[in-house]
Amino acid sequence: MSVLELHGVHKLFGDNHVLKGVDLDVDEHEVVVVIGASGSGKSTLMRTINLIERVDDGRILLSGDDITDPAVDVDKVRARIGVVFQHFNLFPHMRVIDNVTLAARKVHGTPADVARDRAVGLLEKFGLGEKVEDYPDRLSGGQQQRVAIVRAILTDPELLLLDEITSALDPMLVGEVLDLVRDLKAQGSTMLMATHEMSFARSVADRIVFMHGGRPLEVGTPEQIFGDPQHPETREFLARITHR
Amino acid sequence: MTDRAADAAGAADATEAWEPSALELERRLTRKRASRRSVLIALVSTVAFAAIAGWLVLSSPGWADVQQAFFNPEVAKDSFPKILEGLWLNIRVLFFATIAVAVVATLLAVMRSLRGPVWFPLRALATGYTDLFRGLPVLIVLYLVGFGIPALNPENRISVAVLGTIGITLCYSAYVAEVLRAGMEAVHPSQRIAARSLGLSHAKTLRLVVIPQALRKVVPALMNDFVSMQKDVGLISVLGAVDAVRAAQIATASTYNFTPYVVAGLLFVAMSFPMIRLTDHVSARMAKREQIGGTV
Ligand SMILES: Nc1ncnc2c1ncn2[C@@H]1O[C@H](COP(=O)(O)OP(=O)(O)OP(=O)(O)O)[C@@H](O)[C@H]1O
Ligand SMILES: [Mg+2]
Repeated sequence: MSVLELHGVHKLFGDNHVLKGVDLDVDEHEVVVVIGASGSGKSTLMRTINLIERVDDGRILLSGDDITDPAVDVDKVRARIGVVFQHFNLFPHMRVIDNVTLAARKVHGTPADVARDRAVGLLEKFGLGEKVEDYPDRLSGGQQQRVAIVRAILTDPELLLLDEITSALDPMLVGEVLDLVRDLKAQGSTMLMATHEMSFARSVADRIVFMHGGRPLEVGTPEQIFGDPQHPETREFLARITHR
Repeated sequence: MTDRAADAAGAADATEAWEPSALELERRLTRKRASRRSVLIALVSTVAFAAIAGWLVLSSPGWADVQQAFFNPEVAKDSFPKILEGLWLNIRVLFFATIAVAVVATLLAVMRSLRGPVWFPLRALATGYTDLFRGLPVLIVLYLVGFGIPALNPENRISVAVLGTIGITLCYSAYVAEVLRAGMEAVHPSQRIAARSLGLSHAKTLRLVVIPQALRKVVPALMNDFVSMQKDVGLISVLGAVDAVRAAQIATASTYNFTPYVVAGLLFVAMSFPMIRLTDHVSARMAKREQIGGTV
C-alpha cells in the first residue's frame, strides 16, 4: 500500500508556478530520492507534504487519508510525518535527550521514562550515547544532524522527509549522517528525500525522481536514471552534476 | 530526441494555462465558508456580551449618579475645546521629545557597545546614566528639571513645555537605549564577524550591519515605548503647563464634575490607538516574514 500519494499537486508563489501538477507515490518501506536542479521545487514539494505550504491544487494522501482536505487537523498530520531539514534546527535551550523526546512527551503523550529509554537506545545505537545530557552547541554538525534525525524517528512516523540533510555539513561529516540513513532504510523506514549527493542517491534509493519544469520528468530505479536516462534534460543535469 | 523535447515543451504549454480544478474550487469554497462562519460566531458572541455588560451597568442602582459625575454630556461639551487645545501642546511636546529620544538613546546604546579599554569612561557613563534614569520616577525628574532649573537662574525663564520635554527625554532615552542595546546584542555574533572579516570597521559594522538588524528586532518594543511616552507627556501638567490634563483639571475645579478628566483620558486613548494597531500590524508582518511564507 502507498504511504504517500500525490495527485496533480500544484504550488504557486505569486506568478512563480513552482509545482505544475506533481504525481508521485511512495510505497511502504520504500526510499524515494528526489533530484533536480536548484530551484526545481524539491524543498517546496517536501513542505507541501508536511503542510507547511498549502497546495494550490491537487490532492495528497497519507496512508489513504486526504491531508489536503481543509477539515484535517494539520498538527495530527504533522505528528505522523518525521522531518529533517538542511539546518539542524535543534532547540538550543534543551539538552539532546529533551530535544529528542519532546514530541513523544508533549504530542504523543508517551510517558517520560518510556520516551527516555527509547531515545537513549537509539542515540546509543547511532553513536551518540555520550551526548545524551549535552546541549546542542557542544555537538559537531554531523552529531547535531544525527540527533535531529533521531528526533524525527523517535515517534515511529509513517513517513520520513529528509531535505538535503547533508548539504550544511563538512564532507568529513557527511558519511556518518548517510550511514544513519542507510541503517534506517535497513530497518524498513519509508522515506522521501531530496539530495545533491548523487552517489548516495544511487546507493540508497529504491526509486529516483528527477524534478524538472515543475513536475517529475523522469522516474525510475537508480540503474535506469543513472545508467540510461531517457530525457535529454535528465542527461544534461546528470552530466553537469557529475562532471563538476 | 527532438520528439521528446517537443513533448516536454507541449507539457509546459499545457500548464501555463492552468486552471484550478473542481476539487480545488470546492476546497476554496469550504475554507471561505469556514472563515465566514468564524466571523459570524465572533460577531454574535460580541453583541451578546456587550448587551449583557451594558444591561448590567445601566440597571445598577448607582448608575444615574455615576453618569452625572463622570459622563455628563453638558460638561463634556463645554470643556472639550480647552482640553483639545491642551492636547495640541502634548502633541508638540511628544513630537520634539521623540526626536530627542531617538538621538540620545542611539548615542547611549552605541556608547555602551564600544569595545576596548580606551572607551571605558564613555561606557561607564552610559551605563550609569541608563541605570539612574530607568530607576528614577518620571515625576521626580520632572520636578527637578521643571522647578530646579528655573530656580537656578530666575531671570531667564525657559517655558515649562520645553523643560517638560527635556524631563521626558531624559527618562525615555534611558529606556529606549536599553531596548536598542538588547536588540544589538540579539544580532548573532557571526554577523559581526562576517562584517569585520569583509574589512568593515567597528563603526561601519554597527551602522551598516548590526543596527539595521537590531532595529528590525526591536521595532515592537520601541513602538510600545512610544505609546507609553504618548501618555506620559500628560505628566508635564504638574509643572503648570496648560496641556490636556491641566485643562481638564481647571474645568473640573470650576464645575465640581469629573467629566473633563474622562474627556481628556479618552482623547489620550484615541491618540494612542493608531499607534497600538500599527504595532500589532508590524509585529504580525515581521512574524510572517520570519517564517518565510509557510503556514505554521
Ligand atoms: N516561501 C517562498 N516564497 C516565494 N517563493 C518561494 C518560496 N519558497 C520557494 N520559492 C521559490 O520556489 C522555487 C523552488 O524553490 P525550492 O526551494 O523548492 O527549490 P529546491 O529544488 O529545493 O532548490 P535547492 O536544490 O536549491 O534546495 C524557487 O524559484 C524559489 O524561489
Ligand atoms: Mg531545497
